[in-house]
Amino acid sequence: MVASTTPRPGARRGTGAPDDGPQRSGGRGPGRVAALIPVRLRRLGLPYLLILPAIVLELLIHLVPMLVGIWMSFLKLTQFFIRNWSAAPGAGLANYEIAVDFDSAVGGSLLRSFTVTVAFTVLAVGLCWLLGTAAAVLMQGSFRGRGVLRTLFLTPYALPAYAGVITWSFMFQRDSGMVNHILVEQSGLLDERPFWLIGGNSFVALLVTYVWRIWPFAFLVLMAGVQNISDELYEASAIDGAGWWRQLRSITLPMLRPVNQVVVLVLFLWTFNDFNTPYVLFGGSAPEEADLISIHIYQSSFVTWNFGSGSAMSVLLLLFLLLVTAVYLVTTSRRTSRA
Amino acid sequence: MRIRKLATTALAGALLLAASACGDDGGSGGPSAEGGAPKTLTYWASNQGPSLEADQEILKPELDRFKKETGIEVKVEVVPWADLLNRILAATTSGQGPDVLNIGNTWSASLQATGAFVPFDDTLLAKLGGRDRFLGPSLAATGVAGQPPAAVPIYGMTYGLMYNKKMFAEAGIEAPPKTWDELIETGKKLTKDGKWGLAVEGASVTENAHHAFIFGQQHGAELFDASGRPQFDSDAQVAATKQFLDLMAVHKIVNPSNAEYGNGTQAVQDFTSGKAGMLMWQSIASSAKAAGMGEDEYGVAPIPLPDPAQGGKQVNGMVAGINMAIFKHSRNQDAALEFVKFMTSKQTQQNLNKVYGSLPTVKDAYDDPAFQTEHIKAFQQILATTAAPLPQVPEESQFETLVGTAMNELFADVASGKQVTEEHIKAKLTEADEKMQAGS
Repeated sequence: MVASTTPRPGARRGTGAPDDGPQRSGGRGPGRVAALIPVRLRRLGLPYLLILPAIVLELLIHLVPMLVGIWMSFLKLTQFFIRNWSAAPGAGLANYEIAVDFDSAVGGSLLRSFTVTVAFTVLAVGLCWLLGTAAAVLMQGSFRGRGVLRTLFLTPYALPAYAGVITWSFMFQRDSGMVNHILVEQSGLLDERPFWLIGGNSFVALLVTYVWRIWPFAFLVLMAGVQNISDELYEASAIDGAGWWRQLRSITLPMLRPVNQVVVLVLFLWTFNDFNTPYVLFGGSAPEEADLISIHIYQSSFVTWNFGSGSAMSVLLLLFLLLVTAVYLVTTSRRTSRA
Repeated sequence: MRIRKLATTALAGALLLAASACGDDGGSGGPSAEGGAPKTLTYWASNQGPSLEADQEILKPELDRFKKETGIEVKVEVVPWADLLNRILAATTSGQGPDVLNIGNTWSASLQATGAFVPFDDTLLAKLGGRDRFLGPSLAATGVAGQPPAAVPIYGMTYGLMYNKKMFAEAGIEAPPKTWDELIETGKKLTKDGKWGLAVEGASVTENAHHAFIFGQQHGAELFDASGRPQFDSDAQVAATKQFLDLMAVHKIVNPSNAEYGNGTQAVQDFTSGKAGMLMWQSIASSAKAAGMGEDEYGVAPIPLPDPAQGGKQVNGMVAGINMAIFKHSRNQDAALEFVKFMTSKQTQQNLNKVYGSLPTVKDAYDDPAFQTEHIKAFQQILATTAAPLPQVPEESQFETLVGTAMNELFADVASGKQVTEEHIKAKLTEADEKMQAGS
């Protein structure tokens, strides 16, 4: 609905394109229509017209579903109404009340999932960043085989998520998985075969898989950042007697700050929202210890078929992420401008 | 001039995209239903065989025959059990889905409540040969009593205790266990040298929920009270859950690794490959065949009934099976009905149920001697006498998901060596109960 009405104002402001067709045969027709619109407006309107398709698609793909989600969160959208949403009775704030009532079963498990997700995000973003920075810095100078290593490091990122993660899930199987084979039979580090896909270790399994999958992204972006630092800085500092460590602390890391600001934010948002990794790794139902919030919301909507409640949880998640992003951007950009 | 042309093109493109994105809310592909042109149906089949690919293979000759007879092409997708219910819900919510699909018959009433399926009223049933052509127990699991069925049964099933004859003989066991204590005893005899007494699918929501129901019945538990409120955490249900979990936790006749099994085929593989001597399951004929296990190498016995003195019901199975439904949003409802008619026809019923080792749901299919084998007779006997239907209420699917998930978590606790007490079980089931009430 939104999509079909939006283009009109833009079109009018622009060139009057819709009226264009039939008059074309008249030869001077288009000029007459164009003359009705002041030149200034025509010039100002053009950039907007050009980004119009992007805006329309953005609205369709992102904003409209989001608004629908917010609308759903105020409905009692149970199995009796999922076929015809408009018939669903309003729920007021009831869905939100259930979600934030942490003493209840629903709210309690949402809170637990939130805590797990925070811990997971901190560890995963930290590890991805650390690995990415380390690899980018170590591969700054050119050496034999650098291209091969780069390609190798980027492979997990290039693989389709499903293929990579399902392979990990096979490797983590208790009886026939490679991880236990190495830990128990090959190296004899452990006597008993541990579980990786259920119980407490599932958190570790998820973390390993996720970091494996995502750290190349940090590596890729940071590598681009590192390549942009001028060699002259290093040469000058070397003349002043700065060693490798000093160069890293005083040149590389400060010069990477703007890149880091973006990388950490993007990693945070991806990680906090990650659905694919736990969904594929645990086959749809994540164990409590690795119950990331996106998959938790998905499951709690489907177990009770109450999609209003699931939407309310999603809206809460959206608000939280907006808040964190805003605070992050304000604090980091203030620090950058001061520096 | 050029700029204006560009702008026009951009605008037209945007409008076109917008229109095409908004416009299509109909069913799945294929030429539309108008005219006598060949049609295409999309069909979601449930995973009945040893793998998704195997099901494709099994269904293919039947679908080819259907195309030959009617000119209608059926595009089949086999959906794994762990995804099927969610996929159906997503299709219902979005209006984007298949024309025809298989559902677990226990979900009938829940899905009926969504109004997503074409109800099989008497007119439609007449086109399939009438209500009386179908077997009673199967037809009873097609929706709320008194309403037109939301789906029609195509495969009939129930639970039995499969046992490996060779492993039994080697352990000196002469007959399948008749009581629960005997089952544990037998299991202990079989558990040795890396082999186990019994295999379970410990991370499968559906399997766990079915067992919760069957053993719950044995202890006299009712899932919903008279007013329809859930009572998953009754003492009887807790005892039933513990009885099942203890096979792994206390009696140690189940491999703890089974707590990881969740795709609905792994426990069967443990049984057919001889890693476990017993299995409580529905028909496994096609899986056994695929694994090279002959029909005479395993037996089918009833799951032990409880001691009548203990109270509870004499139940050792559930009315299981697969129903077939037509999506209301399908643009090819006539062709879809044609396909349902084909799937419930005598010939197709015989062909497919023979492969799957399940029971035909129409009476006229039983004249084939293939349905007089020992295994089939054993299942028939259980279904006719000691199988109970799951409650046909709209909340049934939620019971399966909530209680099944709770049991997945309990199995995980048991496997990782945690003490699973009755309080622990009760707490989990109470949580399931509360979630059910919060969601409704």
